[in-house]
Amino acid sequence: MARIDLLDLAHAYRPNPVAPSDFALRPMTMRWEDGGAYALLGPSGCGKTTLLNIISGLVRPSHGRVLFDGRDVTELPPEARNIAQVFQFPVIYDTMTVFDNLAFPLRNRGWKEDAIRKRVEQVAAMLELSSDLKRRASGLAVDAKQKISLGRGLVRPDVAAVLFDEPLTVIDPHLKWLLRRKLKEIHHELKLSLIYVTHDQVEALTFADQVVVMTQGEVVQTGSAQALFEEPAHTFVGYFIGNPGMNLLPCAIADGVARIDGAGQLPLPPGAAAALVAAGRATLGIRPEYLECLAAPQPDALAATLQGARDLGTHTLAEFRLGAHTVAAKLGAAPTPDADGRVWLRFPPQRTLYYLDDKRVA
Amino acid sequence: MKTYNNRAWFLILPVLLTVAFSAILPLMTIVNYSVQDILGPTQKVFVGTEWFKDVMRDPELHEALLRQLLFSLSVLAIQIPLGILIALAMPASGWKASLSLVLIALPLLIPWNVVGTIWQIFGRGDIGLLGYAINRAGIDYNYTGDSLDAWTTVLAMDVWHWTPLVVLLCYAGLRAIPDAYYQAAKIDGASRWAVFRFIQLPKLRNVLMIAVLLRFMDSFMIYTEPFVLTGGGPGNATTFLSQYLTQKAVGQFDLGPAAAFSLIYFFIILLFCFILYNWMQRLGTGDKS
Repeated sequence: MARIDLLDLAHAYRPNPVAPSDFALRPMTMRWEDGGAYALLGPSGCGKTTLLNIISGLVRPSHGRVLFDGRDVTELPPEARNIAQVFQFPVIYDTMTVFDNLAFPLRNRGWKEDAIRKRVEQVAAMLELSSDLKRRASGLAVDAKQKISLGRGLVRPDVAAVLFDEPLTVIDPHLKWLLRRKLKEIHHELKLSLIYVTHDQVEALTFADQVVVMTQGEVVQTGSAQALFEEPAHTFVGYFIGNPGMNLLPCAIADGVARIDGAGQLPLPPGAAAALVAAGRATLGIRPEYLECLAAPQPDALAATLQGARDLGTHTLAEFRLGAHTVAAKLGAAPTPDADGRVWLRFPPQRTLYYLDDKRVA
Repeated sequence: MKTYNNRAWFLILPVLLTVAFSAILPLMTIVNYSVQDILGPTQKVFVGTEWFKDVMRDPELHEALLRQLLFSLSVLAIQIPLGILIALAMPASGWKASLSLVLIALPLLIPWNVVGTIWQIFGRGDIGLLGYAINRAGIDYNYTGDSLDAWTTVLAMDVWHWTPLVVLLCYAGLRAIPDAYYQAAKIDGASRWAVFRFIQLPKLRNVLMIAVLLRFMDSFMIYTEPFVLTGGGPGNATTFLSQYLTQKAVGQFDLGPAAAFSLIYFFIILLFCFILYNWMQRLGTGDKS
């Protein structure tokens, strides 16, 4: 186990990168604490797998350094880094039994056979593979195969970190949930550092203590599930996390108010307004969960017309027309518009966030 | 009551006719020959299994069969490992990969009798580069006089001509292995040998099965190369089953025994392919039944 530091790390698959878009991974400095459970969340092609492969050593970064507990491992191949990685599709050694598959990383490192037996049986028990140990791995179902892959990742007790590259993609949804919980248990039991790459926010938020959100080769926010939900630092985090994502409305800033085209104006929060006023414009963000639907006007509410509502059992998902924009709201009860079809949407000041060039300023 | 549309049978008629004319009718002609003694265009006598018994007792056939088996097994023992080795050594992508593929595939484009002629000249002690070089190196080499020399020359010819087929099949098989396997092996700390033994070789099983069957069948039917090189000699050193059959059927015009032997020949190949196929199917799957 180790603390992993990335110093000025960047990676370009092409030579001589200049513009930010030339980088598969834009320059970043980050720290992954020892024993932490991290999720690396982002859409396909955002660079998460590249970042993971750089940490494991499968890809050598074009810029910057990777440190394990302060030791520079940038130039070291994966086998010298003492790291485990589990891939998206199950990789199993067809001709071996399940036991031999799990023992393979240990045998390659010259472990004694009785120590191997003890460790493999322990890991197999955790993954509920004990009854299959003598079976040939190639005959098993895909989820069992992926459990073997996970097991090979977890079998070495001394690894710096275990990296998971979307390991549950091929697994059925109900098993996915079980396996994810299993992984979490194993994390508590073995105290390994885990980094889990996924594009599924539910998976990331339930698995990890810290979620690292990436887009276009850039880490835009690192934080707990709550922080990502309540205070997205970047508009991408706002709309990528949450279902539906954050409502984002461009607005003009002047005279202490934010004016939304054709919809009216909202008072700006006191304090952090300087940068906003200087820019004269911003993007207003509010989560559908925080919008309140009122039957009468109020200073921090805007008039909107109801476009449609769906009762989803636990809440009502409503869509409103606000000026030229569409906003979504999750409401406790179905909205009741007046005779003109209007309602008033209240933007609670502490839940209304302002973004300038995608970054949060207030 | 259900009604069946029997006209559907017409749909398989073209296939039926094609197979009948290309395979079944010629085969039945052979069967017809093999059980009759044909004395003239209008004179024939039914002889039952006499030709089969005759052919089976022929010591020349026993020798040719033994020679043939030894040859085909040598072909497999050399070409399969060599093909795998070359395929492993070839670059995976880029212009080097294309170039080496073209170079490797060149021998496959050359017709059998041309291969025979090339090696016939190549191996000559007086004007052939190979024969001259070997003789100069102090080894007495003469494929027209020495049976072992003739035999190894035919083998070398076949290795040169057909190893590329094994290489191409293995190369395609290797390229089909997903990168994740190699990455996982690196993470697991596997040695180069372990990568070959536990990833590449198991994943090549299916293409190797095709390679083994093709090379076995083809080498078992070898005819042109020894015919061009020495005509089956010196003595009977390179008289393989096809030569033996041709001598019987065309040389001596013994149609009955030749037909009987053709059928035996056919069943030998079928039998060996069946055994090889089943053996390789189970290889490495742990299925012992």
